[in-house]
Parts: sequence; C-alpha cells; structure tokens
Amino acid sequence: MASENGNLLEVKDLRLYFKTRSGVVQAVDKVDFNLERTHATVIIGESGCGKSSMAKAILRLLPRNVQTYDGKVYLNGGDIMDLNDEEFRSSVRWKRISMVPQAAMNALNPVIRIGDQVAEPAMVHLGLNKKEAMSQAAQMFEHVGVPTDFLYRYAFELSGGMRQRAALAMALVTLPDLVILDEPTSALDVLTQANIMNLMKRVKGQMETSFILITHDIATSSELAESVAVMYAGQIVEVSDSYHFFNEPLHPYSRKLMASVPRLRADVEPEFITGQPPSLVNPPQGCRFAERCSERFEKCDEEPPMVKIGNRQVKCWLHVGGMENVGD
Amino acid sequence: MNQLRRFSQQIREYPSAVVGLIIIGLLLIGSVVVPIRIPYSEAVRLWRGGEDVWGETPRNAWPKWKNWFVEGKLPETIRFSTAEGDGNPVVEQLSEGTREVKYTFEFDFPYDEFPSEINIFAKARYNEKQPFVEMLWITPDGREIRAGEFSSAPSSSFRFSQDTRLQRRLERQTGIDGVSANKGLFDDPEQEGLQVLKGTYILEASTLLFEDDSEVDLTFVSYGLIHGWAGTDHRRRDLMVALLWGIPIAMAFGLLAAVGTTVTTMSIAAIGVWYGGKLDGAIQRMTEVNAILPLLPILIMVGTFYSRSIWLMLGVVILLSIFGLAIKNYRAIFLQVKELPYIEAAQSYGASDMRIIFRYMIPRVLPLTIPDLISLVPAFVFLEAALAVLGLGDPVLPTWGKVIEDAFKQGALFNGFYYWILEPAILLMIAGFGFALVGFALDRIFNPRLREL
Amino acid sequence: MSETEMQPSSNGALLSIQNLHVWYELKRFGFGHAGFVKAVDGVTFDLKQGDSMACVGESGCGKSSLMKTIIGINRPTKGDIVFDGMKLTETEGEDLREYRSKIGYVQQDPFGALPPFMTVQHILEEPMIINGIKDKERRLERIRKTLTEVKLTPVEEVLPKYPHMLSGGQQQRVVIARAMILDPQLLVADEPVSMLDASVRVEILKLLRGLQETHNLAVIYITHDLSTVRYFSEYIFVMYAGEIIEFAKMGKLLGNPQHPYTLALMEASADPDAHNAQVMRDVPPGEPPSLVNPPQGCRFNPRCKHMIPGVCDVKKPPMIATEDDHTVLCWLFDPQHGAET
Repeated sequence: MASENGNLLEVKDLRLYFKTRSGVVQAVDKVDFNLERTHATVIIGESGCGKSSMAKAILRLLPRNVQTYDGKVYLNGGDIMDLNDEEFRSSVRWKRISMVPQAAMNALNPVIRIGDQVAEPAMVHLGLNKKEAMSQAAQMFEHVGVPTDFLYRYAFELSGGMRQRAALAMALVTLPDLVILDEPTSALDVLTQANIMNLMKRVKGQMETSFILITHDIATSSELAESVAVMYAGQIVEVSDSYHFFNEPLHPYSRKLMASVPRLRADVEPEFITGQPPSLVNPPQGCRFAERCSERFEKCDEEPPMVKIGNRQVKCWLHVGGMENVGD
Repeated sequence: MNQLRRFSQQIREYPSAVVGLIIIGLLLIGSVVVPIRIPYSEAVRLWRGGEDVWGETPRNAWPKWKNWFVEGKLPETIRFSTAEGDGNPVVEQLSEGTREVKYTFEFDFPYDEFPSEINIFAKARYNEKQPFVEMLWITPDGREIRAGEFSSAPSSSFRFSQDTRLQRRLERQTGIDGVSANKGLFDDPEQEGLQVLKGTYILEASTLLFEDDSEVDLTFVSYGLIHGWAGTDHRRRDLMVALLWGIPIAMAFGLLAAVGTTVTTMSIAAIGVWYGGKLDGAIQRMTEVNAILPLLPILIMVGTFYSRSIWLMLGVVILLSIFGLAIKNYRAIFLQVKELPYIEAAQSYGASDMRIIFRYMIPRVLPLTIPDLISLVPAFVFLEAALAVLGLGDPVLPTWGKVIEDAFKQGALFNGFYYWILEPAILLMIAGFGFALVGFALDRIFNPRLREL
Repeated sequence: MSETEMQPSSNGALLSIQNLHVWYELKRFGFGHAGFVKAVDGVTFDLKQGDSMACVGESGCGKSSLMKTIIGINRPTKGDIVFDGMKLTETEGEDLREYRSKIGYVQQDPFGALPPFMTVQHILEEPMIINGIKDKERRLERIRKTLTEVKLTPVEEVLPKYPHMLSGGQQQRVVIARAMILDPQLLVADEPVSMLDASVRVEILKLLRGLQETHNLAVIYITHDLSTVRYFSEYIFVMYAGEIIEFAKMGKLLGNPQHPYTLALMEASADPDAHNAQVMRDVPPGEPPSLVNPPQGCRFNPRCKHMIPGVCDVKKPPMIATEDDHTVLCWLFDPQHGAET
C-alpha cells in the first residue's frame, strides 16, 4: 500500500502517557512527523524530552504502566496502530520496522553466540531455517564490517564498537524498511563513532533503508539525516530539512541548542540555556519552552500551533504570520 | 523525616504489611509491658516456685474460653479460705480447753462437668495437740455424706479423691465401682451413670481445737476444668505466664540474633571486599567451611556438654551465622559498590579505609539488608523454640518452646490437651507471620523490580 | 601555595610527571600472573600553577589511570610524580592525605560521584572533617562560600537536599564544590560534562574556567571531545595507548595538528553541518590496541595510513619538536625517516 506523497512513515497525534508514583508522565504528547523512503531523519532532544519513549511508541514496545497510547502511524499508507498486538508483532515489528536500542552493546545476550542472536529475528520473522538465517546474518556482518568468523563468538569477546555493529546487523537482518536508532553512538569513542556513522551512511545508500536517528549529541546529529526534528518536553517543536536547519534554526529552543554546541573550527563562544526542561508529569499550559525563552511574550501563555513555513514547521508564536519574517 | 513519611506512604499501599506491622507492634509493646507488669523475678517464681504457688490451680485445665465452644458448662475453680474470712465460723465451746469451730462453705455448682479434684488444705497452729477436722458434704437434694476427717499438722492437705473410705461410701451411693470423690460427691443418684447434680452444695467443716490458742486455717478448693485465659500445664502453672513472657524472650532472641548477624556479616563482607587479596580469600574460605558446619547438632552439643543458658545459645548461634553464605551475596553487591565513582572521590579527598567501609559502602547497602533482617527474625525465633523442644531450652526461663516441650513430653495430644500445644504454636506462627508480611512488603519497596505499578 | 620544599627536578612547576609508568597486574583466576596492563607507559610533562592543560584521548588510552595516579589513588609502577614538592612514591599515610587534600577531583558521572544517602551539606563537610577541620561553624562558612561560587543558590535550600533531588547540572556543581572545598592547588576534571545535556555543558565549563581564573588553579581537563578544549586550556596533549603522542599549546595544536591520530580525532569531531550527511569521514579503521601487548614500535602503526614499513613498526618513534611549544611522537617528522613535515 503506497501512500500518495511517497512517505514511508507518517506519524500523527501520537501519544504515550505513563502512570507513575508521582503522576501521569506525558512522555509523547501529540507528535506529528513524516519520513520519506530511503531518507533519514534525526530527532534531537535532551534528556527527559521523551525521544526514547517515542521510539518505543512507534514500535509498540510498551512497559506495563501505560495509561494512554493512541494516535495514527501510517507505514506505507496503512495505519499500524489499527493492528492488534499479535498482528503488529508478526507483520510490523522487526519485519518492517526494527530498532537498535540505547546502549545496544549491553543489550546483547552474553550467553548466546552473536551469530545466533543476529540470525534469530530472521528465523522468527522471516521463517528461514537455521542455515538460511545464519547465511543472512553473515551477509549482514559483511555489510556492517564485522568479520564473519565473529559469528561464533560471544558478546564479551567483542569491543564496544564491534558490539554496536552487531546490534545494527541484528536490526538489519530482516531487511526492514525502517530502522530506529536510539543513541547509537553515545557510549562510543570519537573515532568509533565516526566509523559507525560512515557505516550507516553506506548502509543507507546500499540497502535503501530509512533511518530515524534519535540522539542528544548535537555534534553527530548532522551526520546522517536529511531532515531534522527537535523535541522538547514531549512535543516536537521544529521540523525542517537539515540544510536549512543547521544553517538557521527557527525555534528559539533550537537556536539556543545549536548555539550551545562548542565549535571546533569556528571561534564562537558558546551559549547556554538557563533553567531546566519542565517535568513531563504536569507540563505547563501554553508553550512549554516559554519560561526559558528570551523572546517570550504574552501570547506564549497559549499553546502555539504548528506553523508551516515552506516545507518547514515550527511550533512557535513568533512565526505565526507576520510576527517574524523567516523564509527559506 | 521526609524519608519516613515517604516510607510510611509506601508501606500503606500493602495492606498485608500493615497487618504485619500491627502484629510486630503488638509484640514489641508486649515485650516492654510484660516485664514491667510481671517482673522477671516474679515470672521465675511463678514458673519455678513450688506447690505453694501452684497448689490452688488445677492441673491441665483448659482455658476459660473452652466454655464458648462446648455444649455443657465446664466448672471453674471454687475456693474458700478461712484465713481470708470465708466460711462463717461458728464457735462453740465444748468443754474446758476444747472448742469447736464450724465452718460452712456454701457454693453454687451450675456446671455440667465434674471438677478435676477437690482438696482441703489445713494450716494448724498448736502446741502439742493437733486439731481435728471433720467434714460433712450436703448435696442440693439434701443428702448428707460424711466426707472425711483428719488431724491437722502445721501444713496438711486432705485430698478427697485419695480417701478410700469416702470412695467406698460413694460407691454404695452411686452404685458405680471405682468412682472418684470429685465425681461421686457431685453425682446425681437419680440419673443413670455419672451426671452432675446442679445446685447449691454445702461443705460443713468442723474443727476441734484442743488448746485455747490453737488455730486452724482451712482452704477448700474445688478445682475446675478450666482456668485462666490460657489454661494450665501438668505442674499446675498458669500458661499465661509462659505465653506472655515468651514474647520478650522471643523478640529479644530473634532481634538480637538477626541484627547481630546481619550487621556483622555485612561488615565482614565489606572489609573483605575493600582490602581484597589474601584477606578476602581467607574470609571466603572461612565462609565455605562454615557453610558445611551443621548448626543444630553443634548447638545440641554445646547445650548438652556445656550449658543451656539462652544467652550462650544466642552467642553461639550468632557466631556460627556471621560467616553464613549471605556473605557471598553481600560480597557481590559490595564489589559493585566499590567501583562506584563516589568511593573513588572519597579516596581522592583522603578518606581512610575504615571510613570508606563504614560510612560510604555500608550505608549504601544497608537499606537492602532490612528486608532480609526482618525476615530473619522469625527464623531465629523458631530456632530457639526448636532448641527448647529438643530439650535444650533455657532451664529457667518460660518460653514458648519450653511450653511445647513440656506438652510434648506429657503427651498433650494423646491426652487431649490441645490447647497446650496450640497456644504457643499459634503465637509462634503469628510472630513469624507478622515479620514475614512486613519482610515481603519491604522487599517490594526496596527492590522496585518486584513492584507492580 | 607552598613552594618551600621544591625539589630541583620539578623546574618550578607545581606538578611534574616524570617518566611515569602505571602498570596493573593481570591475575589468572586469582593465582598466577598473566602479564601487565600497561595503562600509562612513559609519560612526562610539567604543569605550572595557574595553567590549565587538556588531556585528550579515547577510552583505553590511559588518561584515567594517569589522573588517578596523579591524585594519589594509584601507585606509580616506575617513574615519579612530584606535586608541590612532594614525591608521590615517597609519600605515605598522613602525608598522603595532605597530598590528596591539595588536589580537587571532578568526576564524569555527577550522580555516581555523590553518595546518594548523604545530604549536600554532609557531602561537602566530609572532606573537611577528614582533613581535620573540627570547627563546625568554620566548615559551614566554607560550604556557603563555595556553594555561592558554584552558583548553587539559595544555599540554605540546597544544603538539606539529597543528590537525587538535584538536576544533572546541579549535581555536577556539588561535585565541583566538593573538589574546591579544601582550597586545592590543582584541579583534575575527568570528562566533567560528557554526561550532561548539551545546553548545560557550556555553563559548567564556563564555571570551571571562572574558578580557575579566580583561584589561579592549575587544571588538568580530560576529555575525548576536542571541540570543548579550546575554551578551556592553554596546553593540550593527546594520549594514545598509554603514551603522549602530541603535546602543544592549544592554538598550535588545533591550528596545525601533526600526528596522524590527532588528525583523525579532528576529522572525527564534527561541527554540525548538513553537508556531513553526504560525505564519509576519513578516519582510520580498527580500535585502540590492547594495553597488555601493544604493537611494536609506534603503537598507532597498524591503523596509520602514513605508516612507514620497517620504521614505524620496528622502532619506537622519538619525541620531535616541530615548532615552539609543539612536540610530536612520530617518525614522519624525523628528518631522516620522515616523508612529510
């Protein structure tokens, strides 16, 4: 089922709230974004903004204390939120969307050989027998740059970078349409990070897989994606193509965020943002960034709409017709 | 303070724990109140004292509340003491130097069962000639039975059941061979077999005093089949004393052993982990050897060859438990704690080894030990009871285990004295139950992964 | 600042690392011996009071071991450290405590660095109690002063809090306050901001810089993130597999990096730019070598694309000064063997 505008993924009004001791955490609060085929998008946000919860929401990997989970997620035109859990498991999860979770290298089972682990999704979801699955796994290892004799090793025998590659192989083994990467490089060294990023660029080109990259590491956020979404306090506050975004971000938070990154090559003094993000338990009314925003005004007490400017979107009153002139 | 409030909030979510806390609270209150109300010396006296303490309580009597469960009413103990003014003495001077003092003991007997015994105790004061006591039994239906007579020494007792002449008289009356006095005197002759004749009975006791200054104090006791809230044992001791005093003893033993063991074990594990190397190795080997040593047989040996004092037993138990296998668990946790950044930070500002162990490592782990500690208390309480049942209980103190031991030796179950075993057993179970409930809830509070949100 | 017992070998520097080796023994199953992890294998540099130095390297390069040895937690296996006139290898017991009290240590993980069961006040009192400041009032006064300096105000509200009640940035400020509370001469900061959010990092780095200027501290700043070093240090050295492979004044290293590894680090440290997604980064493959059996000769040679066979994999390269205040440990700059300058 292809969608009209060629989008692989369309997320509309996605919500995920959790029940906790201290109240209801509105981790993902009516999130909208789209992803084209063979493209990658990066979701930038700091800790506690809900980005990891969003990854789980898309893949329906929900913990037990879920209170609200609704919205629409169109994968190639079909709403996968409509499927029941079993259908979702057998037809979507790891067949069409897979994930490399945070600290993936620690998520590898220490008592099972790497090759077996990587082959397992192929057996379960594609119905391959052991031999076929192992050869698929070997192929994936080649793609990600792990020597094939590592198929018979255990996780602890591999270095951090190798384990991350193995986790990526596990996500790719079923040839999904979309891979969600949750902080894929945050625990790795700089050179290893660069190598992994190179790897993903290659995989994206060769296998035509789409990626959603979720990270708080602004520096590496521009390595992979064609489009950027900025998340703050459970909401997406800006969506843009990467060229325009990294040149000139629109939302005050995005601006401040980009300004806070120290530059190696430019001699610019970085800024910082005072204060902290609001708690997701009782998010404030109106614009959630308002209390830390230097350009705040009275209208900001109301929740701002998502404003379209060309093919960019900004959730800010400053950009509502005529308040500030930002074009492409 | 804030932490306590949060904690009490959390624990209120587990009703079972609240129940457990109430039980523990009651036990702790009991541990404090009982030694105040019945001081130690008093308890020992009541438990060990001789006949004069127990003489007037029935043997193996059921607790009062048995009456609520049975059809007929069980008799209570009826007691008259002339020294306390009972008996309406009527004095008659018979001749020079001889006088007769006639006492009348009148009582209602509305019960359906016979008393277990009837005794009369006499304490006579005289110079040479012993006073003489004669007794006449008058039944509600007007029969008069000569109950018996005896001369009174400074301390005498007349046990109605042991007087053979009385027994023969009663055999003729009731027509039943071998009838004992406590039954015969109360039997209804109209009815077939032995049936209690309800009504007002009178015992007339005439004392003949042959000297002007001689006196006799009589105490008449009809022993009931029920006594007190807890019943009595084979030595006529009120079990309530043992049950009540068992509380502080069980609590003291359990808590001291649990706390002592846990704290020491944790400290040893921490010290071993911190210093590592040979010390750690030595501790591990000691633990492994200790794991093979059998606790109960060693305790039995100590108790048999050395002393059965409860404090000695406590000491040996703690000594053998501190190198228990729990050390391995703590060691695993401490190995992780040792790598935490703040430990390194403490080293960087010069903290000494001991300080790090006791102020940085142990406090981190302490909350995790509390559920274990609480769950350990009943284990030690049961251990003490088990030792007592095996005959190694403290020889002086009244404990629950001791009661069970006595009951066991006296064949309580065989003889139908169920209360004797059930009461201490139930108390042990309640104590264990209370701690276990709290322990489970604490486990869930301190170990969030076990929680259900 | 005491310079009374200066050893002649310390060149007037506050901290002098002299051919330091820190080797850890590898045990097999608790018995026997399986070699050494040569975490620090011959490091030499000096640091003057008031100067700050950045130590850059990836995990496993030995920088953490180096720092722990400087602080006095590890023992040197060979070589020595002279700090404020005290030779570390000859310092024990009470003297060692004094040594440690002059160095402040800021760690990477702000939450892990604070004992979770102590209040902020208690955390800050501990170093003072241990180092003999008995008067409670004096301690509290110092605490107030330090907390104000790290901008954790209002002080009275912060004191009774437990670490989990503070945000990451606040926790790190407490860690910094603790490091400063004994008025140290040297501050060692091991990746102080890498676990904090991007928007908070700069604030903390600026705070550290401010403290350095106010107190004329000597600072060693360890990081793997090259982009932060320029705001913070005069000198920088790059570590690889236990050795210093390049050492220079900040501007010179960033403007003219020489060692192939340094070049790779610079290449891998991206500034955000949309163009990045289109190009592959030119970084060497592979991983840092095992410290138990490092490669023969130059330790980077297996991954280096400029490797000269027969030279780089056979002999250890010399430390060559390519310009003022700039030295490199590489055969490429040796006039005899080097192909490029």
